Amino acid sequence: MAKAFLSGNEALAQGVWEGGLHFATGYPGTPSTEILETIAARFPEVECQWAVNEKVAVEVAGGASFGGARAMATMKHVGLNVAADPFFSLSFAGASGGLLIVSADDPGMHSSQNEQDNRYYARAARCPMVEPSSSQEARDFAIQALEISEQFEAPILFRMTTRICHSKGIVETGSRKEVPRKGYKPDPQARVLMPSNARKRHEWALERARKLEEFGNTCSLNRWEKGSSKVGVVTSGVAYNYVKEVLPEASVLKLGLTWPLPWGLIEEFAASVEKLYVVEEGDPLLEKDLKAHGIRCTGKEVIPITGELNPEIVRRGIAPGSARAQAREPAPAPSRPPVLCPGCPHRPVFYWLRRMRKSTSGDIGCYTLGAIPPLSAMDTCICMGASISGLEGLEKGAGPEAASTLAAAIGDSTFIHSGITGLVDMVYNRATGTVLILDNEITAMTGRQEHPATGRDIRGNPAPTVDIPALCKAVGVERVQVVDPYDMQAVRAALKEEMARRELSVIVFRRPCVLKERSRKKSYAVVDPEKCTDCGACLRLGCPAIEHKENHAWVNPLFCYPECSMCVQVCPTKAISKKTDQ
Amino acid sequence: MSETTTNVLLCGVGGQGVLLASEVLSAAAMLSGRDVKKSEVHGMAQRGGAVTSHVRWGEKVHSPLIETGTADVILSFEPGEALRWSHYLRPGGVILTAKEPIYSVLVSSGAETYPEDVLQRLEERAGRLIPVDALQEVTALGNPRAVNILLLGMLSVFVDIPADHWKEAIQARVPKKTIESNLRAFERGRELAGS
Repeated sequence: MAKAFLSGNEALAQGVWEGGLHFATGYPGTPSTEILETIAARFPEVECQWAVNEKVAVEVAGGASFGGARAMATMKHVGLNVAADPFFSLSFAGASGGLLIVSADDPGMHSSQNEQDNRYYARAARCPMVEPSSSQEARDFAIQALEISEQFEAPILFRMTTRICHSKGIVETGSRKEVPRKGYKPDPQARVLMPSNARKRHEWALERARKLEEFGNTCSLNRWEKGSSKVGVVTSGVAYNYVKEVLPEASVLKLGLTWPLPWGLIEEFAASVEKLYVVEEGDPLLEKDLKAHGIRCTGKEVIPITGELNPEIVRRGIAPGSARAQAREPAPAPSRPPVLCPGCPHRPVFYWLRRMRKSTSGDIGCYTLGAIPPLSAMDTCICMGASISGLEGLEKGAGPEAASTLAAAIGDSTFIHSGITGLVDMVYNRATGTVLILDNEITAMTGRQEHPATGRDIRGNPAPTVDIPALCKAVGVERVQVVDPYDMQAVRAALKEEMARRELSVIVFRRPCVLKERSRKKSYAVVDPEKCTDCGACLRLGCPAIEHKENHAWVNPLFCYPECSMCVQVCPTKAISKKTDQ
Repeated sequence: MSETTTNVLLCGVGGQGVLLASEVLSAAAMLSGRDVKKSEVHGMAQRGGAVTSHVRWGEKVHSPLIETGTADVILSFEPGEALRWSHYLRPGGVILTAKEPIYSVLVSSGAETYPEDVLQRLEERAGRLIPVDALQEVTALGNPRAVNILLLGMLSVFVDIPADHWKEAIQARVPKKTIESNLRAFERGRELAGS
């Protein structure tokens, strides 16, 4: 056994590698992204790839499992919505090679559009669920989950949360156990889910759940930590850690196999304590199940549903008055919202739309920051791909006049993920909107992952490349152009022309993300305070390198991006120029 | 448990090197044989936004998060950020902070004002406050990117981690060419904190 300091995501990658995983796929999404990145970087024995989207990932992983390999698909919580269709069906069809579907939930919405609790999915799809509480458990449980999956022929919903994914802890690691691939054995009665088969498979899945419930009563994933008989706590996931901090004396039933629930164990535990709490992050799922089972307990009466839990929230809920010192109130401090980077090629598009009193039907990515002042050029952001279909719907609902005040703004990775189908729908249904593909040649928000239009695979090897403009033309868009977003006047002209036109068009704004190709030049913008009239034009770019001094603008040379000259181009008095240090 | 646990909250602005500092700190604590946990948030929060990292070490650490009112030290890369998280500090705790303010886009554009009396406010909330001209110090040492290691040098005066473990952790994690200048920054940090 070696020791390593690993995040939950790294530990999960370590665990599936040790457990003999053959194949992994997924779509990037905070907080799940580093699971596949770790496999790609450290574990060459595992074939590993980015998928076009989560639905495809789960289908490919399911196929790999049918083929007898140990397989995994990773995604963030909302990704499982995209993949829900194959996920439900695979639960009925069953797994051959061990199959993990990893859902990384984001309580507190650090980087997400909603706070859904994906533990519902296990119950709805009758799919067993495993939840680790720490990096060590992410590694340990991953190994066990692959075994359980094969033993019960069930995909396993492996549920992580932000705080598990991105916290680091010391992990005892082992070496890889090579597991032979089982080979492909057709089983159409289980896997051709037409009604006559699916009815039988539903019964089968219920019977599987009954067996898993029995298994859970003795399985090491569920742990009874004997303590005081006065207070007992049923808990799972990250909440366990907070319970141990604030009530170290309590008896704890820590659940790791959290669906189906081990009722024998829970009944015995509940009967052994005088007062029973359920401490769970998110919705009251355990609590409601316990109450429906006739077990008296206290849960969401004292623990909030929304947001992330933390030690002080759990202390207030189950150990009020136990704090050593009264914490102070937070001090007021200036807000610091995330912003587009200096030199970000998305900026000119939102800058001009704002100036033209237009806006966007937005999408998921860095460019969602175009909604924030001073750019403030986004009306909607719903889910991956909805910029395009939403704009089409706006035209149907409010008429072409209203729709022409907006353009759809979508990134290259998001377009590949689920924008293409929307664009086909626009062509087919005679929509007239303007679609802006903000192509920075990378999946930027999640930390720069490759995708099918970047020309590289997850391990950085050359890969076949989707030609985005050619694809748009191929599905029937006649007006397609590519514009360099660093050319401010070209951006303005293209937006003006296409948005005035009652005809479907696509503008691809193409320039690499500034974090993808860091410039080595030592060049930065300098403001001549004599020429600066303090008009504020450059400040409206919302560039974090540009500050306002007493009566003029000032560019911080440490932040300024060498290749960018947006502020130089928008300054009406030519007060800004680029200076190059040798 | 936390009687034996040390809690350090690191804070700053995305891109300042907060996360590298917390990696080095965690590694040094791990080398000294302790259980260590560290927690931070990635993603949307990184794009020039406020960044925090919680590092805890001791015999056995459960929670990856520090409880408010229990941080022994706040190690801050920007004074306004120290103020934002100052409610995490335990009574009598120490705030070590770089003095240079970084204005958010909202402050630059005039939509918000920056608290110019920030150091005074920190003084009121800390058992002990040590503000330093961090950027100026490391620039003088020839490595303007070593603010994080300078601050760790200051921290090392207040926590129980042997010097060898600090050095080993720094050498393993900074770019090779910068090891010397980073070690100088670490020593300078120790001087500034009054070792």
